[in-house]
Amino acid sequence: MKQLTGRTCTGTAAFAISALALSACGGSEETTETDAALEEGGTITVWAWEPTLEQVAEAFEAENEGVTVDLVNVGTGDEHYTNLQNAMRAGSGLPDVAQVEYFAIPQYILGESLMDLSEFGADEYAEDTFTDGPWGSVTFGGEGIYGIPMDSGPIALFYNEDVFDEHGVEVPETWEEYEEAARQFREADDDVYITSDQGDAGQVTTMVWQAGGTPFSTEGTDVTVNLTEDEGTAQWAEYWQPFIDDELIMPVAGWTDEWYQALGDGSIASLTIGAWMPANLESAVPDGEGSWRVAPLPQWEAGDSQTAEQGGSSLAIPEGAENAELAYEFMEFAGVGDGVQERLDAGAFPATLEDLQSDDFINREYEYFGGQQINQVLSESAQNVAEGWEYLPFQGYAHSVFNDTVGQAYEGQATLEEGLSDWEDDLEAYGRDQGFDIAE
Amino acid sequence: MTVVSPAVAADPAVRRRRRAGAAGSSTGWAFLAPFMIVFLLVFIAPIIYAIYLSLFRDQLIGGSVFVGLDNYLVAAQDGNFWAGLTRVSLFLAVQVPIMLFLSLLAALALDSGRLYGSSFFRLSIFLPYAVPAVVATLMWGFMYGTRFGLVGNINDSLGVNLPDPLSPDLILASIANIVTWEFVGYNMIIFYAALRVISPSLYEAAAIDGASQLRVIAHIKLPAIRGAMVVAAIFSIIGSFQLFNEPSILQTLAPNAITSSFTPNLYAYSLSFSGGQYNYAAAVAIIMGVITMIIAYAVQLRGIRKDGQS
Repeated sequence: MKQLTGRTCTGTAAFAISALALSACGGSEETTETDAALEEGGTITVWAWEPTLEQVAEAFEAENEGVTVDLVNVGTGDEHYTNLQNAMRAGSGLPDVAQVEYFAIPQYILGESLMDLSEFGADEYAEDTFTDGPWGSVTFGGEGIYGIPMDSGPIALFYNEDVFDEHGVEVPETWEEYEEAARQFREADDDVYITSDQGDAGQVTTMVWQAGGTPFSTEGTDVTVNLTEDEGTAQWAEYWQPFIDDELIMPVAGWTDEWYQALGDGSIASLTIGAWMPANLESAVPDGEGSWRVAPLPQWEAGDSQTAEQGGSSLAIPEGAENAELAYEFMEFAGVGDGVQERLDAGAFPATLEDLQSDDFINREYEYFGGQQINQVLSESAQNVAEGWEYLPFQGYAHSVFNDTVGQAYEGQATLEEGLSDWEDDLEAYGRDQGFDIAE
Repeated sequence: MTVVSPAVAADPAVRRRRRAGAAGSSTGWAFLAPFMIVFLLVFIAPIIYAIYLSLFRDQLIGGSVFVGLDNYLVAAQDGNFWAGLTRVSLFLAVQVPIMLFLSLLAALALDSGRLYGSSFFRLSIFLPYAVPAVVATLMWGFMYGTRFGLVGNINDSLGVNLPDPLSPDLILASIANIVTWEFVGYNMIIFYAALRVISPSLYEAAAIDGASQLRVIAHIKLPAIRGAMVVAAIFSIIGSFQLFNEPSILQTLAPNAITSSFTPNLYAYSLSFSGGQYNYAAAVAIIMGVITMIIAYAVQLRGIRKDGQS
């Protein structure tokens, strides 16, 4: 495992586990299965849309003679999973490595479609290598290790300082202040909103997560969906309903052309969004250059610092991949090895603790953000992610029907509470249909 | 097309060829083989596979089991499916007549020979059809925007407050508008082509009899293009039932107005690709196929019968 840098070995992980890792740290000549694969060389196919992997693939090839990485973008998000699912069903044409977002991991684990990486020695990263959120996602309740975390999305408050200053609105530190700020904007200017929202499942799950909610839980094939009685969920629904009723939020869906324009012209004053947002802002909202800043996420109680994750991906090996050993070497390189630096240089937000805490990363100044060292806020957020959150083993489906149910509340057809209740019914019916035991 | 097949069957040349085949020559089959292989592979096989798929249920827990016609029974009671079907039926009942009427007007205007620069009009009305549906929908999506789109601009400059075309109440009409824009030109070309083949002697006879233009239209032109109208209507009916591109693309702009079961096609797509319910999606697709065939066939029968009477 020569590509591992020294730091992995100084962590407690090295002492906690197998002789395999110890030998690697000692730099002995002993080679493991995966090392042998690396020596031998070969070709691996990687399905991913994450742009910074291009540099990683090049660096990996440069470092290891005889290895070819065939990086293929088979689509982003849903399209990618469709292709992956089809290849898994067909049992042929599988990639050796696939990008899998954290929320999508459980359904592949249940389908027994991902390899347990423990057999390659991935348990050496069990402690103090990755932040808790991503590691918790890839280990799925500790039953195995099904992916190497690639990045993470701790959320923070991204805000347009010029707009806040112009209207004399204070940057909110609590959700109470946030609502106040929202009302101030509406009174000050008919075109300015504190944020936009048309019902986004990823956003809602993140907010519920921060509020300490755990509406979803899975144990084996027992699944609980509790959107009506979960406290965190109720807290969010009760808090957000007035934002819809009093039209405090711009009714524009995220990631649309209108949304980007509104971000650029200052009519959306802030976003509560994942740490991967800076790269998006820089590329898609050039007008916002110099205006945007990052602040900690507003809290339910003043003085708290609880946050949550939004998005983020891991790299995983599909069951039946032809060149799994070499694939694992690549994933290690990209997730904890030298590849991480390549990705950081290209603007990714890491999941590795060491990088999150490195001076170089934390003190980097971003011109787009007026020279602010935004990673200080974002790293802080990464370490304060609320514990105990779980996604459903069919979260992808859950997201796809969110707007059919909860989304209707944004059109005034129901309240958020009713919408959540409909969502729960829908998810329970689907879960039963898929053979899960649904707790009442 | 099936609509012309009776005429083909009546063609004496075809009958002759059939007799030659019956004489025992296998050469015909050899010539037919390339077509038959492709036909079976890309047309028949997928249908059979879809029917096969629809008889199973694949679960995340428990794998695939044979369930017979269970998926069809579920679909029969699936409110989402029937709501989607009702929606496209409403779309069909309102949008198709409007579109065909506009196409007919355009075709008659071009055919009248009184239009200055008719080839320019013909081309520009047809042009939207050449724009891929995806691009057209994206373009209209931008225009429908109440904030930064055309609707927003009109609101700002005229100080009015137009209703949001992407709101749940108006979304179907907005989609109908896009589809009409896309397909008026296409149908116009079908009608226009049919009008061009009418024998000039009929017009001369009408002129000698002193018939007005309206009478010429009512008694010569319209009856002569009835076949083309039936074809256009059948295509439009099939198109309506298959409504997918437009709602699927507008969904990102109006995620709450366009639900995952907005049209039956969109529903089948969501079922298989978001929910992994390939089997149920196959059943939904087959039910839709059968319903579309029945309605298209009914229209064709009705069209032909009237044709015979005239």
